[in-house]
Amino acid sequence: MDSQDQKAGEHQQVFRLLNVNGEPHQTGFSVHHSLLEVLREQLNLTGTKHGCELGECGTCTVLIDGQPVLSCLELAAECEGREITTVEGMMDGNDLHPLQEAFADLGAAQCGYCTPGILVTAKALLEENPEPTRDEIVSALAGNLCRCTGYHKILEGIEWAAAKMRGDNDYTPPKEAIYGDPLPGEGDSHA
Amino acid sequence: MLRLPAFQFHAPETAADAARILAEDPANTRVVAGGTDLWPNMKRRHQGAKTIVSLRSIPEMSGICVDDEGGVIIGATTTLDQITRNETVQEKYPTLVKAIASISSPVLRNTGTIGGNLCLDTRCTYYNQNEEWRRSISYCMKAEGEVCWVAPSSPRCWAVSSGDSVPMLCALGAEITLHSTEGERIVPLAELFNDDGMHYLTKRPDEILTRVRIPAPSGERTGWWKLRRRGSIDYGVLSVAVAGWCSGETTDRIEIWLGSVGSTPVRCSESIDHLIGKPLTAETIAEAAALARKGDGANPLGNTDFAPQWRGKMIEKYVDAVLREVAGLPVERLVPHHGS
Repeated sequence: MDSQDQKAGEHQQVFRLLNVNGEPHQTGFSVHHSLLEVLREQLNLTGTKHGCELGECGTCTVLIDGQPVLSCLELAAECEGREITTVEGMMDGNDLHPLQEAFADLGAAQCGYCTPGILVTAKALLEENPEPTRDEIVSALAGNLCRCTGYHKILEGIEWAAAKMRGDNDYTPPKEAIYGDPLPGEGDSHA
Repeated sequence: MLRLPAFQFHAPETAADAARILAEDPANTRVVAGGTDLWPNMKRRHQGAKTIVSLRSIPEMSGICVDDEGGVIIGATTTLDQITRNETVQEKYPTLVKAIASISSPVLRNTGTIGGNLCLDTRCTYYNQNEEWRRSISYCMKAEGEVCWVAPSSPRCWAVSSGDSVPMLCALGAEITLHSTEGERIVPLAELFNDDGMHYLTKRPDEILTRVRIPAPSGERTGWWKLRRRGSIDYGVLSVAVAGWCSGETTDRIEIWLGSVGSTPVRCSESIDHLIGKPLTAETIAEAAALARKGDGANPLGNTDFAPQWRGKMIEKYVDAVLREVAGLPVERLVPHHGS
C-alpha cells in the first residue's frame, strides 16, 4: 500500500498525480474508483462517456500511453505515471483534430455518444498506421459500438482524416459520404 | 454509474509478496492483472473480494522469452495484444496468435492478459446478469442461489469455460507455473481445469498463475476456428483447436480440443484415437468429426448464445473443417467472414 494512502471509514483513499491531456492533476479518490469515474466526477472531463461500464460498448475508451483502453475497467489508482488522453485532449489550441474536423464535416455522428471513444481509438490507429485500409479501420474499431450511424460515415471520416494527416490533398471522400446514397432507382443523382 | 464495491488494494512488486498477501486470507482476496473479467463480475456483484492484489507492478510476471529448449515462456500479466504482436510467437505459433487475436475486441486485448484468459470465470446465461435480474430468479447455484437453472435437477453447475486461448494452448502441450508461499509447481495446462462450473480451476485459492510455457514447435500442423454471433466482442460458443504431427501419410500424434462446449476445455479423445496411425483423408476426418460430437463432455446446454442442438451440430462441422484445414484439404467456409 502506498504510504500516502489513507483509510476513510471502510474506503481506502489514495492520492495520485494523474497526467491527463498533458496537464498534471493531483487527485484524491477511493481506490476502487475506475478511471472513468475519476475523469468524469473528479476532473469534470465529461467528454468521455459512460455506456455499459462492463467492457462491451467502447464508449468510455481513452488513450493510456497512446493505446486505447476502456476507462470503465481501469483503476484510476493504477494510472499514475501514465499519459492519459481523452477526447478533450485531441484539439490543438482552438484547432480541431483532423478526425474531429472530418467527423463534423461528414456528419459522422448522430447521437454522438460513441463518438469520443471512436475518435480516440481512430487517433491511436492513425498514429500507428497513417494509411489504413478499410478492413484495418473496421478491425481497429471492432470494440466500439455505434447504434445510430451504421458506421459508413465513421469509416469514411477516418479515411478522410487519414488523408489530411498524410498531407494528401488530392483525396476527396466519396460523393455518397457527403450527399448520402442515391435513392433506389435514381442512379447517381450527384454526377 | 455502475460502480465497483469497495476493497483494500495492494500492488506488490514481486510474486513472492503477492503470494504472501494472498495467503493471509485466500477466500476473500483476489488477484487481478487486466481486470477485464474480474471488474465486470464485481460490478455485477457475481464476484466479490475484501482485498484486491494487483499483479501489474510485478516485472517478473510480464514479458515473453525463449528458453534453452526453444520453448516460449509468457508471463501471466502479458497482455493479449503484446502476445499477438510478438514476432517470436507469430513465427513459432501462428495459430495461437489467430486464437488470441479473436478474443473479445482490440481495446480489451490491450488490457486483458493471458493469465486472465486461462483463469477466465465460467459463463452462463443465468449468471452473467445484473444483480436485479439474478435476484428475480432467486439467483443460481454459482452465486448465492441453490439451483442450476440450466439443468434444475442437476447437482452441479454447468457454466461454460470460454477462454479462447485455452484449447490451442492445451493442443500445443503448454504448462503453467503456480506460485504460492510454499514455492512453485509446474503443471500441464490441461490439468488446471475441473469439470464443474463453480469450481472450474484445480489450482488452490492461495496459488497465483505466474507464467505459461509452450514447448518448442516440433513440426506440428495446426488449425483453429471459433464460432460466435458477431466477429468481435462476443464470447465464443465453440472453438476448435487442432495440432497434428504426421510422418508421411500417417498421423503419429494429434490433439483435438474444444472450447466453450462445457465447464472445462474438452479433449476429443475418441476422435484422436480414431486418427492415430491413419492418414488424414476426407473419410477419416469425417469419421473423427462425428466422434467429437458424441463423447468426452462436449455437452452444449441452453446457457450461451444460440440453440444447444445447433451448437452440437456445429461441433461436427467445425472439427471436420479444422481437420481438413490441417490436412490441406479444401474447406467450405461455414460462417460469414468478419473484417480482416
